[in-house]
Amino acid sequence: MSATTWVPVIGLEVHCQLGTQTKLFCGCANRFGAEPNTLTCPVCTGQPGALPVLNQHAFDLALRAALALGCDIAPWSKFDRKNYFYCDLPKGYQISQYDRPYCSGGGITLASGKHVRLTRIHMEEDAGKAVHDAGNTTRVDLNRAGVPLIESVTEADMTSSEEAHAYLVALKEILQYAGVSDCDMEKGSLRCDVNISVHPEDEPWRTKVEIKNLNSFRNVSLAIEHEIGRQIAAYEAGAAIAQETRLFDPDRGETRTMRSKENEADYRYFPEPDLPPIPVDAALLERERGLLPEPAAERRARYRTELGLSEYDAGVLTSERGVADFFEAAVRASHDGTAKDLTNLITNELLAGLAGDEIEASTIAELPCKPHQLAELVALTQDGTITKKAARSVVREMMKTGRSPAELVRELGLEQVQDTGQIEAWCRSALEAKPQVIDAVRGGNDKAIGACMGAVMQASGGSANPEAVRDTLLRLIRESD
Amino acid sequence: MTRFESYDATALRAAILAGELSAEQATRAALEAAESRGTALGAFLHVEGDAALARARALDARSRTDGEPGALFGVPVALKANMCLAGSPASCGSRILEGWRAPYDATFVERLLDAGAVPIGATNMDEFAMGSSCENSAFGVTRNPWDVSRTPGGSSGGSAAAVAAGIVPIALGSDTGGSVRQPAALCGTLGFKPTYGRVSRYGLIAYGSSLDQVSPFARSGRDLERVMGVISGADGRDSTCIEAPPLAIEPAPQDLTGLRVGVPAEYFPTDLDAGVRSAVEAGIDELRTLGAEVHEVRLPHTRYAIPTYYVVATAEASSNLARYDGVRYATRATGDGSLQGMIAATREAGFGDEVKLRILLGTYVLSSGYYDAWYGKASRVRTLIARDFETAFGEVDVIACPTSPSPAFALGEKTDDPVAMYLSDVMTVPASLAGLPAASVPCGALERDGRELPVGLQLIGAARDDAGVLGCARALQEARGPVAIAPMEGAAR
Repeated sequence: MSATTWVPVIGLEVHCQLGTQTKLFCGCANRFGAEPNTLTCPVCTGQPGALPVLNQHAFDLALRAALALGCDIAPWSKFDRKNYFYCDLPKGYQISQYDRPYCSGGGITLASGKHVRLTRIHMEEDAGKAVHDAGNTTRVDLNRAGVPLIESVTEADMTSSEEAHAYLVALKEILQYAGVSDCDMEKGSLRCDVNISVHPEDEPWRTKVEIKNLNSFRNVSLAIEHEIGRQIAAYEAGAAIAQETRLFDPDRGETRTMRSKENEADYRYFPEPDLPPIPVDAALLERERGLLPEPAAERRARYRTELGLSEYDAGVLTSERGVADFFEAAVRASHDGTAKDLTNLITNELLAGLAGDEIEASTIAELPCKPHQLAELVALTQDGTITKKAARSVVREMMKTGRSPAELVRELGLEQVQDTGQIEAWCRSALEAKPQVIDAVRGGNDKAIGACMGAVMQASGGSANPEAVRDTLLRLIRESD
Repeated sequence: MTRFESYDATALRAAILAGELSAEQATRAALEAAESRGTALGAFLHVEGDAALARARALDARSRTDGEPGALFGVPVALKANMCLAGSPASCGSRILEGWRAPYDATFVERLLDAGAVPIGATNMDEFAMGSSCENSAFGVTRNPWDVSRTPGGSSGGSAAAVAAGIVPIALGSDTGGSVRQPAALCGTLGFKPTYGRVSRYGLIAYGSSLDQVSPFARSGRDLERVMGVISGADGRDSTCIEAPPLAIEPAPQDLTGLRVGVPAEYFPTDLDAGVRSAVEAGIDELRTLGAEVHEVRLPHTRYAIPTYYVVATAEASSNLARYDGVRYATRATGDGSLQGMIAATREAGFGDEVKLRILLGTYVLSSGYYDAWYGKASRVRTLIARDFETAFGEVDVIACPTSPSPAFALGEKTDDPVAMYLSDVMTVPASLAGLPAASVPCGALERDGRELPVGLQLIGAARDDAGVLGCARALQEARGPVAIAPMEGAAR
């Protein structure tokens, strides 16, 4: 008997918090990490009589996300109430969008060429957070209640954990680049649910299972792998798969039943009477379209073709929009042909510094040194004022203080010695100390000159221009004939 | 009763500004009346004497150079117990909100305070505004000051009784399906439900969000206009509020000459109470005397209004009342210790029967598989009812009809028959569903069991024509003369 080929069918639902200053329906700050219940008001704590008012900026950001993902924007949409009881849901309903989401369609083409279609994206408010203490106590923090979310739902177009992972990475990059969200899974600003089923090749799709509580891309992959295995094993053992919602347990690396279909809540959606329908006019759409940044994939291609960078460098520079923006600002402030030098300083020094403990800033934009200063620094290496090695020490200082490179070069005494008399004196003593170098060079071994170069650079404390030293050494050897 | 207690708000403010009495004296008189007559009627759930007197004294301390005195300077007012005044209880007549104090001011309360009004307390109401007789309050019934064995109507019965008995010249209620117009008719005061969105709902505790409107009671037409001038107008905290400036506080009296008044046959069924019919017809005659032309109009979908209303309002209520879960505020019952158990026990103990009935109805009509047949269909019928009115207002300027099919009924008379109770709103619900402005104006009285009971005439206007309805109401009231203060028949003296 030949083994059955099982085909997984995977769709993703991704919640993404929008990076607004304030919440979706009130003026409270949208900020992670504050003391519990300090970012609240009558509206987001569901006090009797309080009413929601739409934060237009949140809607604008949601539109931008949809445009970045190629969705069709609905000419008007509306909010609905999704009714259920839970202690972290202050009003007993969540304001969401049901049958008239603000956009539909769109999708992402992955690096592999695979296109994953989006069904829709809708806006909704986040719930608060219930913290179950040891014992019998639950504490509720409503700082998150009312934070704006977009929920994007894909078609069931993916067939492996790798594709799901690639989709999430691409989605995160697009949303970050569009300036819609920081997409930080650790802070919960990106959250993912998976819908998954398996079926034998050439057979119809089978029952799907929803997996919740996936708080990292890695856990998404692990949960999918596990669930594919579980479903195949069940079918091969002649068992059935129940339509249900399962929770992923990251400690055990497996999924378990959360609730069966019969126990699914009836959310009793109906139009939110406190909020009028939201029209989208052409002017708003045009404005948002104009604010869309160039996507990461296009930037990567441009860095390779126009600036001559390697695929690796282009990838590192576009890993975050802030880094790419910094890089491009520095390129604009520089002469042509400096892109590689700027790249080296950014990737080897700035990003390494950010990853270390010495620098307080956590993003490149927060660094005290600015792109134009990096351009100035590279210009100083180009005109021979300092060596590239010296530039590295300067940039490390710039990261801490934001002081100008010219000033730091002077202060640290890094200017290259251009004084030919001094360089010649150092070269003569070096050649006297190593007369064998003269013979070797004359014998055609130019590389032998390195031994003397090292001695001269040491004598100069690294400030001699290496090219001038080399030229002087060669001249002296020729002259000593 | 001092002579000032028969003053309307306009006259009382003028008397205070003329130095005939102080704001403190006016407030003290209202507080004393709330204590004596108010207690006999069960009109108030809570009286805030100290806070009211402090506000009144602050007004008296104002110097003459402090700018134009507010439109309600020194006027004591009563607020229905579903309205938020920071620091004051707003129980909505429910155990579930017992002891809860509003943490903020409603927009319309802010505007009242800015105008110099002095809130003296929270008035009794059917629990969460669900009822037509004030008998569904968890804290006791309110009685009709014309005959204390009868209901004042509801749900804003406490505010209606307080104005009718002369405790305060004006009070606010909320009207969802007739909850101000019907008690105004039964208590012999004026009441006005504005166009939906004319007054911000921010701080009005919701029952049926697409229907609720803050609505004033008064004993004069000019007072209705004055209060509306103060509380109306756009509000950035309520997205359903109309983008329009406030109505005029002192508009010129309206000349009714040539006004086209429509009389819909659907509102005069054969079984209409004969006393109500003749009083309303007398009121319509009065309009004719004032120069109006009377025409017949048809509102053919009227008979679907009550079922439509009880689908839409209960659906919204089932969701609006979900927040009373015992988690964040007010009363909590423990239950079996689980979260769902705590929520269920809290709601079981905290809500009264009528509220539970309506939550169940509303939950049912929104349920998966039933939505289209109930809520979806009701929404479509609601559009048909609104179109009836649009058509009628192509032919007439205002519609005149009874406010209530019967005068005040006896306490207990309809408590065991919810459908009979629901039908007492049959004349007021259509304008609510269509979001139209509508007033109830006293138009006469009838005699029942040897006691005189007031009858109200309802004036319904086209959407946003609040000024037209108010002007017509005022003309009718002024033609009929001052509104009498209720005699408190049957109350122990």
